[in-house]
Amino acid sequence: MNRNYNFAFLDEGSKRAVRRAILNAVAIPGYQVPFGSRELPIGRGWGTGGIQLTLSLIGPDDVLKVIDQGSDESVNAVNIKQFVGLCTDVKTTTDTREATLIQTRHRIPEIPMTNRQILVLQVPIPEPLRIVEAREEVTKKMHGEKDYAPMWLELYESLIKYRQVTIAAEYPCIVEDRYMINPSPIPKFDNPKLHRAECLYLFGAGREKKIYAIPPYTEVLSLSFDDVPFEKESFKGKRCRLCGSENTYLDEMIAQTTGEKVFQCSDTSYCQEVKSYVSE
Amino acid sequence: MAYVAVSGGKKAIEESIALLSYYKSGTDKDIETVSIEHKMSLLVDRVMSEAGLYAKAYAALALKQCEGSVEEAVFLLRAYRSTLTRNYYTHTVDTNDMRLVRRISAAFKDILGGQILGATYDYTHRLIDFDLDSKSSLATLSAQRDKLATLTPEEIVPCPRVSDQLKKEGLIDSFPIDDTKPSDVTVSMLEFPTTRSARLQTLTRADTGFISGLSYSVLRGFGQVHPTVGELRCGYVELCVPYLFDEAESICIGEILITEVECFNETNDKDRLKLAMGYGAVFGRNENKAIAIAVIDRELEQGGPYPTQNEEFVLTHGDSLEMNGFISHLKLPHYVTFQSKLDAVRKTRRDKNE
Repeated sequence: MNRNYNFAFLDEGSKRAVRRAILNAVAIPGYQVPFGSRELPIGRGWGTGGIQLTLSLIGPDDVLKVIDQGSDESVNAVNIKQFVGLCTDVKTTTDTREATLIQTRHRIPEIPMTNRQILVLQVPIPEPLRIVEAREEVTKKMHGEKDYAPMWLELYESLIKYRQVTIAAEYPCIVEDRYMINPSPIPKFDNPKLHRAECLYLFGAGREKKIYAIPPYTEVLSLSFDDVPFEKESFKGKRCRLCGSENTYLDEMIAQTTGEKVFQCSDTSYCQEVKSYVSE
Repeated sequence: MAYVAVSGGKKAIEESIALLSYYKSGTDKDIETVSIEHKMSLLVDRVMSEAGLYAKAYAALALKQCEGSVEEAVFLLRAYRSTLTRNYYTHTVDTNDMRLVRRISAAFKDILGGQILGATYDYTHRLIDFDLDSKSSLATLSAQRDKLATLTPEEIVPCPRVSDQLKKEGLIDSFPIDDTKPSDVTVSMLEFPTTRSARLQTLTRADTGFISGLSYSVLRGFGQVHPTVGELRCGYVELCVPYLFDEAESICIGEILITEVECFNETNDKDRLKLAMGYGAVFGRNENKAIAIAVIDRELEQGGPYPTQNEEFVLTHGDSLEMNGFISHLKLPHYVTFQSKLDAVRKTRRDKNE
């Protein structure tokens, strides 16, 4: 640990300000709480919202896991873990069950999380309505008036044009029949994991200076019409080349030697666990 | 070194940083931080203004650390500032009391208090000086110091503003002193419509290139066109903080160099015209940025259909850290979201073929 810096980098006043914003966010599920986002030694747009949540919450007894694209070993995850390690010395892990605090980019772990755990999600664009309205001043009013018609229209137009809802990742959800949220760029595959979950989900957008939350057991429904159900990415007939799983989110890749299209689990820690279980 | 972004990241990062240090060393000669601070002072000023942190030595050190990249140096200073406790807010600075090193007006030939050309590149010929490498700083410095020693300093007299005269004449609206506590954009999120203090703070920290380009678009016709620089002043102002044991007293903690600009535009006043003012203030000798801010300030006050007249557009896209952070994040892996996009694209194509 680098003694030149405070525990968890930020000064205590800043950490407290972030925690206050978190409490507000938990009290109003799905509402985007503005906060005085601090600059960090990590790039804005590289997970600084998530990192500020992690830094303001982490204590010496926490066990931290950081993943990016589902992987513990990706450059970005390693980089964030090293930074938090530099100013806290907390234990880190790749085991989803062992972690008390998990920071993630673009995925929710395959193993369901429990109520002694917090999942911190990094968010590039917190505003779900941004795809239909560019101006913050307007979207803020739309949330206030629960005016989500333009988004429903967007879905409808997509159905007419392509016979599909073509929104890919970052698929919008409604929280407790009130606020529309952007679940961060997780794939649609992960959206159902937000619904009535046991753990606390915290979303941090550093550049856009917003924090929002989904507390445990909250209703989170992905947008759908009565006659057009919500549809996840499909990996029908495909399985992980490493562990054989057929129920996980798969990364598609081109094999370096054969040029063949192959699939493997995006959640690397889950994949290893299944693999060791299968080989035993 | 070949790497896969989802594995073996740790070793690859270490090697990458080692390669950076090699690039940074460049030659076997070292560059002194104090030389950067003084000989690259305009670069230092730019970094300080975009960082919103007045710390010349740290700005110089930051520049040395990142091969002279402005955005990286700004980044280092901002991140460092996040670790500091804020103990005081200074009293409001009255720039009438500025210790001037330069003051010009493009509006009037003669102004009360006089024009001072000061140091400017405006009237130099931009010819590369091939003899520069053989010239000695020491000789220049001692010659100037010797000259200074023979002169008696003039007393500093507070200088009234060019705009004061126009206000007296009723051509520019006068407003009572407004001592409302200013917004602080470093601790709270910008919300729209925002306050003028938040606007000016955001503009002064904005990326110089961004703000200059926007301002240029105004001059070319995407705005109110051509303002007049009523006054540009550059000089030192004293900063004072409340004295802890007696709030009525204050302690001066030093002085900073700033550039301040007031621009004039014609505007409607019912059935006649009046002049309206745009304002810009920046750390350091930073003249074009100060003018650009004054131009944009006026556009935002005016409002209208052009990008520079849209507060949210201007204020949310000019921060060096934010723009460069988000642009550079595109280099991060997006395997999961791209997979999802592929799925969405493929699904529509499958349906069309059926």
